[in-house]
Amino acid sequence: MVLNLWRRPATRVLLLGVLAALCVIGFMTVNVQTDWDFILEYRGNRLLALLLTAVAIGVSTVLFQTITHSRLLTPSLMGFDVLYVLVNTLALLVLGGGALAEWAPALRFALQVVLMVALALLLFRLLFSGSVRSLHLMILLGMLAGILFRELSALGARVLDPSEFGISTSVAQASFSRVNTELLGAAAMALVLGGLLLWRWWRCLDVLSLGRDIAINLGVAHGRVVLGIMAVIAVLVSVATVLVGPTLFFGLLIANLAYWFIGSQRHCWTLPASVLAGIICLVGGQLLLEHLLASTLPLALVIELAGGLLFIALLMRGVRQ
Amino acid sequence: MIETRGVSKRYGDVLVVDDVSLSIPRGGFTSIIGPNGAGKSTLLSMISRLTPMSAGSVQVDGMDVTRTPGNVLARRLSILRQDNQTSLRLTVRDLVAFGRFPHSGGRLTAEDLRHVDEAMDYLRLGDYRDRPIDELSGGQRQRAYVAMVMCQDTEYVLLDEPLNNIDMRFAVDMMQLLRRAADEKGKTVVVVLHDINFASCYSDHIIAMRQGRPAYQGSPQEIIRDEVLRDLYEMDIQVHEVNGQRVCTYYR
Repeated sequence: MVLNLWRRPATRVLLLGVLAALCVIGFMTVNVQTDWDFILEYRGNRLLALLLTAVAIGVSTVLFQTITHSRLLTPSLMGFDVLYVLVNTLALLVLGGGALAEWAPALRFALQVVLMVALALLLFRLLFSGSVRSLHLMILLGMLAGILFRELSALGARVLDPSEFGISTSVAQASFSRVNTELLGAAAMALVLGGLLLWRWWRCLDVLSLGRDIAINLGVAHGRVVLGIMAVIAVLVSVATVLVGPTLFFGLLIANLAYWFIGSQRHCWTLPASVLAGIICLVGGQLLLEHLLASTLPLALVIELAGGLLFIALLMRGVRQ
Repeated sequence: MIETRGVSKRYGDVLVVDDVSLSIPRGGFTSIIGPNGAGKSTLLSMISRLTPMSAGSVQVDGMDVTRTPGNVLARRLSILRQDNQTSLRLTVRDLVAFGRFPHSGGRLTAEDLRHVDEAMDYLRLGDYRDRPIDELSGGQRQRAYVAMVMCQDTEYVLLDEPLNNIDMRFAVDMMQLLRRAADEKGKTVVVVLHDINFASCYSDHIIAMRQGRPAYQGSPQEIIRDEVLRDLYEMDIQVHEVNGQRVCTYYR
């Protein structure tokens, strides 16, 4: 009886939910010494940013792995995060910081998300149109794309004048421990928008994981749906990147933790589980490092190290098979 | 009726399917045979809109396969290719239930569940219903995928080499089952086969392809003959009549 209950994905998601809630409560209450108003605003904003990040990266990684049929490929590994950084720099360069710097940050963000969606779809079409068949080649190409985008945006940043440069680095240098809370509202709006878009294809997701041929056989307009989902992913990646900057292995870590812990491939379980795993890693990790261990070790370092080890383990397993 | 008009497929300079116009009648069991690289599988996947055509058009009961909405066609025609992903963590029953997606859009009704159980009984999968598909043997897994396609309950059932990787007993089982689907349920079964003896013993109609074109078409009596097969496969094949079945030997 208990064993049966334990095996159910619903029980496991609930368990993750409880754990995530404990992390959130701990994050807000541990070591509170000053007045509550300040804590609520300071920690509350950071908490909100971390939660939004967990949702954006958790959902976008699982979706990306569904449409690419891989447990190894993630948007950040394929260079999509850095693409957003590049878009951010390019927008300042092309439109001129003078005009753009005066725009409301939210409006600037919206413009960049639109640009990001267009470029991400283009990149996805280039990489996943069937011309690259080897997984390892794909990973290599993704990493190369990431390096290219990073160098390009660094080059672009050199040309910017100091005020524009300030705007551009706020994205490039954000991290888990230095979240960018300026755009919380806009990021939340974008997430809701992405969620609404995704709603249309919600029922197709499980079918898509059966592979292209079976999905088409079962009547899913495969090409269109995959591009639509890729657009949603691009929006989510923009949200995550504007909040915490580019990541590398974090998405891979939480998505695979979710698959492993849930033991089911259904998106109604894996998506929430991946988000909750993200919250536990980010909020719980921050709580542990900052307040309990009083360590100055950056959280990103710890998470990326764990994710990187997992990546190598997954790669090795893939090679052996 | 399935009708192809001037269907071609070109990969770079290689013409894999060359201007094929043929019709497959409604009802009965049609096999597509031919040597490797004759374009059998490519033709089948173009008919079922899995592969885009370089030229030509395909109509299924008057519906153009490239223009008809996917879910409308999915209630009329189903296709199963040979290698299906096996890394998924899904039970047999969940996989089979996906066959109802074109009808129910993911929300299973009592009617859908009846179809799922029937398809599993039909393929004798009852004992494995709660087993994950990645733990099944090749033959069992193949049967689970065929059950999914049966559960889709379409007029046309297209299968690409359904006998691949399964032993003689399961192969006979599978062919009998497909034959029954044609006889009892009135389905139109179209199968790409490598084993010409199975094609000979079970088909109503055989399409023999060579170099991207249908070289011969007709009943097994017309196609399973020494001179036709020798021309088709460019090797010596003797046809014998055993218990009313035409059987080929070509092993030595």
